[in-house]
Amino acid sequence: MAREEILHRVRTALGRTGAQAPPPPPPVRLRIPEIGLEARVASFTTRLEALAGRVCRAALAQDAGALVSRELGNRVAVASNAPYLQECGITGLPNVSSGVASRDRLRELCASADVGITSADYVLADTGTLVLLSSPQEARLVSLLPPAHIAVVPSDRILTGLDQLFALLPDPAVSTSSMVLITGPSRTADIEQVLVRGVHGPGQILVVLTG
Amino acid sequence: MSSQLQRHIHDTLADPRLQQAIYTATGRLKDARLAVIADNVLPDYQELRTQANLLKQHAIDHLDYYLEEFQRNVEAHGGTVTYCRDGPEVADFVLSLAKQRGAGLIVKSKSMTTEEIDLNERLGHHGLESVETDLGEYILQLAHERPYHIVAPALHKTRYDVAQILTEKLHAPHDIVIENQTALARSVLRQKFLAADIGISGANFLVADSGAIVLVENEGNARLTTSAPKIHIAVAGIEKVIPRAQDLAVFLKLLARSATGQLLSVYTSFLSGPRRADEIDGPDEFHVVLLDNGRTRLLPNPERRQSLYCIRCGACLNTCPVYRKIGGHSFPWVYSGPIGAIITPQFLGAGHEPGLPFASSLCGACAEVCPVKIDIPKVLLDLRSEVASVKTGRLEKLAFRVFAWLARHPRAYAIGGRLAASLARSGDGAWIRRVPALLNIGPIRAWLSQRDLPPPPPRSFRQLWRQR
Amino acid sequence: MVDQLFPQIGMAMAKVLEALDFEVDFPEAQTCCGQPAFNSGYRAEARAVALHFLDVFEASDAIVVPSGSCTAMITHHFAELFASDSAVGARAKSLASRVWEFSKFLTEVAGAEDVGAHLEAVATFHDGCHALRELGIHSAPRRLLARVRGLELRELEPAGECCGFGGTFSVKFGELSGAMARGKVDAIVRSGANTVVSLDPSCLMQIQGALSRAGLEIRTLHLAEVLASR
Repeated sequence: MAREEILHRVRTALGRTGAQAPPPPPPVRLRIPEIGLEARVASFTTRLEALAGRVCRAALAQDAGALVSRELGNRVAVASNAPYLQECGITGLPNVSSGVASRDRLRELCASADVGITSADYVLADTGTLVLLSSPQEARLVSLLPPAHIAVVPSDRILTGLDQLFALLPDPAVSTSSMVLITGPSRTADIEQVLVRGVHGPGQILVVLTG
Repeated sequence: MSSQLQRHIHDTLADPRLQQAIYTATGRLKDARLAVIADNVLPDYQELRTQANLLKQHAIDHLDYYLEEFQRNVEAHGGTVTYCRDGPEVADFVLSLAKQRGAGLIVKSKSMTTEEIDLNERLGHHGLESVETDLGEYILQLAHERPYHIVAPALHKTRYDVAQILTEKLHAPHDIVIENQTALARSVLRQKFLAADIGISGANFLVADSGAIVLVENEGNARLTTSAPKIHIAVAGIEKVIPRAQDLAVFLKLLARSATGQLLSVYTSFLSGPRRADEIDGPDEFHVVLLDNGRTRLLPNPERRQSLYCIRCGACLNTCPVYRKIGGHSFPWVYSGPIGAIITPQFLGAGHEPGLPFASSLCGACAEVCPVKIDIPKVLLDLRSEVASVKTGRLEKLAFRVFAWLARHPRAYAIGGRLAASLARSGDGAWIRRVPALLNIGPIRAWLSQRDLPPPPPRSFRQLWRQR
Repeated sequence: MVDQLFPQIGMAMAKVLEALDFEVDFPEAQTCCGQPAFNSGYRAEARAVALHFLDVFEASDAIVVPSGSCTAMITHHFAELFASDSAVGARAKSLASRVWEFSKFLTEVAGAEDVGAHLEAVATFHDGCHALRELGIHSAPRRLLARVRGLELRELEPAGECCGFGGTFSVKFGELSGAMARGKVDAIVRSGANTVVSLDPSCLMQIQGALSRAGLEIRTLHLAEVLASR
């Protein structure tokens, strides 16, 4: 059996026996600096804008809804089932489809929509990153298939960075089959190092921070 | 010395357009990295490197333990783990699964490990269509070429090359505009993503305590590969395992910065098992294939074991003065650059390309930029001594034996030096362009083909010193 | 290499050291540190040469070397060569602590930066890879050059790039080595310098060989030669 053979080779090479538990791995010090909300918002904004993403602020949930409505214009959108989007009045907008629980139906909608609207579980200030965990509220394809992505997030979900994320979620697999960190619009420089956005994922990203 | 290595190098050096492409592309990546690891941007960069090295060392030194932990946790989340000794076993696994599920179309995200085992070719022989979805890899698949660089696979292709490939293979109208070329690939591949039965990915990291894989990318094709089809297969070398999810706080800070000068790549996916019962989308099946293919051969030697720490960032390629001149296709295997130079002989045997460990000036720039602190020059030197020890009866070995003897007999050494000097043209002190035919052998001819030789001085230092 | 090809470097180094009141000795039995054999994979031969080096220099208080690559061989690689012999290994370790690359000796042991040198030149400094990366030498030669009257120092762009010598690499992969040398020559020309300074004779041989082949009127000088200039 390949498994036994490979593990045997590994153990022999390392001079280890099967039952031997290793000493604990070298510690990883997670640093979580004290940074106020406004500074985190500012940092996130700077980072994402440097990547050609856009950031807007809305004082209240309903302001976010109005903003998104204006932003959408005539475009067709699919929204995730995040409760916060409902709170913002986004799921009720005329050209927005939401509340889908069927994988196939959602895929169809995502494949034909102009915009995908989601919330986000966390936001990382020092890299301009959205963190989305797959769940009944947030499907994977909403932030992936449509050519544009709008994320509406309460600003108190902004963390300082990766360290804080892993301090809060030492094992993301406990909660979800997919945690994705989204840092800006999809891009490639594969041909002559020329930057092109929106290769497979969304080429436009707008984050609306509320509160 | 294999003439094939020398021939490839010669051909690449003789192509000014290619020289320009390689130098410019690697230069950009090199500068981009420097900007984001600078002291004022990432003050704990050196500390992170040390941590990354220690984490990898720990993981590799206890590899069996972490592989078993990884497997347990993948299975706990509803995934499967299959060990494969080599490429044919991986292909068999995929083919068998595809047959059972009635699958015909596969989409693939970028994976050097699958390049290593020619997976697409193997699957193609059995009638399975396996489409590369990373833009650069897709273009190369159409052109039937292998990657030129670990991170920027189509570095050597111009927009004109790409236009020709797309026209020939996709029957598209000839278009040299890069945005249009990308849009065409995007629309073709979108259909593939949505129709594919199986998505095959690699894995940048295998996380033991979570039973998860981590995928790092910029385009979104890996996300689509692993989220659209109903079956996801991740193929990864056994050395990719890291102990804990929180270790990513170290590795993710180094990987994108070292590779492309980004703080984080656009998409970092942390995937564990098939979709959960209540999740709306995601694959129904999650299979991880753990590949050996010779990795266990690198484990026994503790000095060489560090070759397995590599996180495939490509920084060593971008900084290597040799790679920047000879490019990826001069290397005999899919892995190029300094990392390729040390793992190729270890995987394929030192005799496969005995000149390879010597195709380096040992400048050390690679070791300086490696995020996991692999001492590449040290491994190169070790490989050189292995090559030298198996090549017996050669002129070179004799020459060094003579050199060693002379170096232990100072008077003979001094006389030998003066004798050699007297044979060359002396006089006006001008640097020498040519030597008499008697002396125009091997090393001297090689030197003189590129630059002049210093004129031997009238008196050696020893002689001058004695006269003081 | 200094003995046979560039004796003026050795004389210059001796002159600078004596001007700083050091007693300079040249053990005549010295030959080589063994680096060429080591780099080519001939460890047994390298070990034999290194052992001879140990015998010759063990009794010296301080060994000053006009070469970054030779210094690094002694301080970083002798230990590897003698890893299996603890007695010789200890001798090598002791020796390594008394071996100094020339510019480091001046700045750290002699505490000198201004050695009274005078040379009219627009110069650029080439960092040899062993000196730069294995020995961490970067500021010492620059500080010394900054005090040379009449000398204007310019930096190469790109900085820290290998000249392509690499020992036997220069002949085993001659075409490639030559291409790397020409890259260095281009950078030198761009800097506008008329003089290239280095602390490694092997780099100097590579660079001067390429400059000469290109027909350029740019000279190369070892740091010692610059510092000995009056």
